Amino acid sequence: MTFPARAVTAVAVVAALPAPLLVSSFVTFQLTLVMVYGLAILGLNLLTGFNGQFSLGHGAFYGLGAYAAAVLIDRWEVPYFCTLPVAGALCFAVGFLFGMPALRLQGIYLALATFALAAAMPQILKFSPLEPLTGGVQGIVIAKPDPPLWLPLDADQWLYYFTLAVLLLMCAGAANLVRSRTGRAIMAIRDDPIAAAAMGINTALYKTLTFGVSALYTGVAGALGAIAVQFVAPDSFTFLLSISLLVGLVIGGVGSIPGSLVGGAFVLFVPNVAEAVSTGLAGAIYGAIMLLVIFVMPTGAAGFARIALARLATARHNRVKS
Amino acid sequence: MELFVHQVLAGLATGAIYALMALAVVMIYQAIGHLNFAQGEMAMVSTFIAWQVIQWGQPYWVAFTAAIVLSFLGGVAIERVLFRPLHNAPALSSLVAFIALFGILNSLAGFIWDFDIKTFPTPFGSKPLFGESLIGTHQAGMIGVTVAMLALLYLFFRGTRLGLAMRAAAANPESARLVGIRVGWMRALGWGMAAAVGAVAGMLIAPVVFLEPNMMLGVLMYGFAGAVLGGLTSPGGAVLGGFAVGVIENLVGAFIPYVGRELKLTIALLLIVAVLMVRPSGVFGRQIVTRV
Repeated sequence: MTFPARAVTAVAVVAALPAPLLVSSFVTFQLTLVMVYGLAILGLNLLTGFNGQFSLGHGAFYGLGAYAAAVLIDRWEVPYFCTLPVAGALCFAVGFLFGMPALRLQGIYLALATFALAAAMPQILKFSPLEPLTGGVQGIVIAKPDPPLWLPLDADQWLYYFTLAVLLLMCAGAANLVRSRTGRAIMAIRDDPIAAAAMGINTALYKTLTFGVSALYTGVAGALGAIAVQFVAPDSFTFLLSISLLVGLVIGGVGSIPGSLVGGAFVLFVPNVAEAVSTGLAGAIYGAIMLLVIFVMPTGAAGFARIALARLATARHNRVKS
Repeated sequence: MELFVHQVLAGLATGAIYALMALAVVMIYQAIGHLNFAQGEMAMVSTFIAWQVIQWGQPYWVAFTAAIVLSFLGGVAIERVLFRPLHNAPALSSLVAFIALFGILNSLAGFIWDFDIKTFPTPFGSKPLFGESLIGTHQAGMIGVTVAMLALLYLFFRGTRLGLAMRAAAANPESARLVGIRVGWMRALGWGMAAAVGAVAGMLIAPVVFLEPNMMLGVLMYGFAGAVLGGLTSPGGAVLGGFAVGVIENLVGAFIPYVGRELKLTIALLLIVAVLMVRPSGVFGRQIVTRV
């Protein structure tokens, strides 16, 4: 990380720490959801931004993670913090297996297969033989976790800090992954798959693994989301959710870890504004903004900030010189 | 046995619609190398246009023709305004544009015509064909219109100068441009024709699945499954694939409990994944070889 990026990160974390003590519990809840969506978008970003693969089906992995957490808490009374690794592992396995046939092919086929997965997910969750586990159309209601007794926090504030801790951990993991030898291999495949293969990188294996890790991130986000919302139902995980994650990715900036959080804030707050204008108009507003971004601001918010910072630095440099 | 024959015939009828969607998808894939994820929503909007014209008191066939003409123009306009500037953009930009189009059309249709389920008339009636036969008149009409449409398209692409020019523009854009074909406009025409074919599919399936903004998602999935099964590089293969997945869908629905009724989209998903695993270029498609 360069100096300004490190400073910005430090400022963001310091600003995030006292936030729930200053705002109402509803705003705290919303900020928790921003982090949850940001984490889900970060998962998609690892796949699309760093590995160059497309997924229209990450809403399905989010839903899978959410259901894994809800079922574990509801049926077997597993403590909520233990559900996150399970949800992550399950999504990793499913993502890895699902990616195996599709990832050997061109990106367009993966987009197609994941599109089909996203469209089919609500039906699979409603499937009646699975109803004892999933609760069918009604879904599952779970209780909000209690904060530890030795902390003077209410449930919303505790959940905020819990989510923040998970988010920081996973962001650090993603940043380290991207910087490592594996990360360079992943990005080499994005930049030129044939050259990467010629350098001895096992492209099929790395692509499948990246898909698995990406699904893991989104699945953990889904589990956190289920715990925060305290409710899962099949119709929360439709194709529209996958579109939202893609919108967040494009808005925040493809290939930027902090941009994912900007995307998370976007997909949480903008639909509320859109619904205030007219119900059901969220899709149209999403669509219009997506088109605007790819035509006007193709690098997303992160790219925009990068360009602005560079301009600022040049201006200062020129002033000092003159 | 009678149940089996009945299911196969019903499967051919819905398969006709999947064949049309698969053909529309393949036409755009041939022209620009991308899958049109908004094809179903375009067809849905076309169907709503026909419904609106019928609501204004026009006869069915006037509405039918109006919807096809407007869809053709709409398809050309989408290509000219939206996708021509993206022609050399990275694949992600095109994908995002398709998803944006999906969201805009779906949401605007709900905004204009609301999300209530509407009935859509059929010009063929719904009585059984020839007294005690196994197939309804609307189903026979679906197959008949589809076959007529495919024959017309075949004659157009094989027998006319314009059809030849469009095939040339898709097969080898550089050489086609050198012999004086306006490749960009051929691409736009392809979009327009795909939109018109989708409009026919939408209007034929609407009496069965009922008219609402989300009606085409399942149909499009089976259209994709048919296109992948037949091969994205082969229009004829895609049509056969569409018919095939229609029959498969109906047979699974009739003979496997729970699964067929509740997991229709999952069957399409499994079909797509299975084809991609076994033979990614489809039954009739050719392997794409990339020169490094």
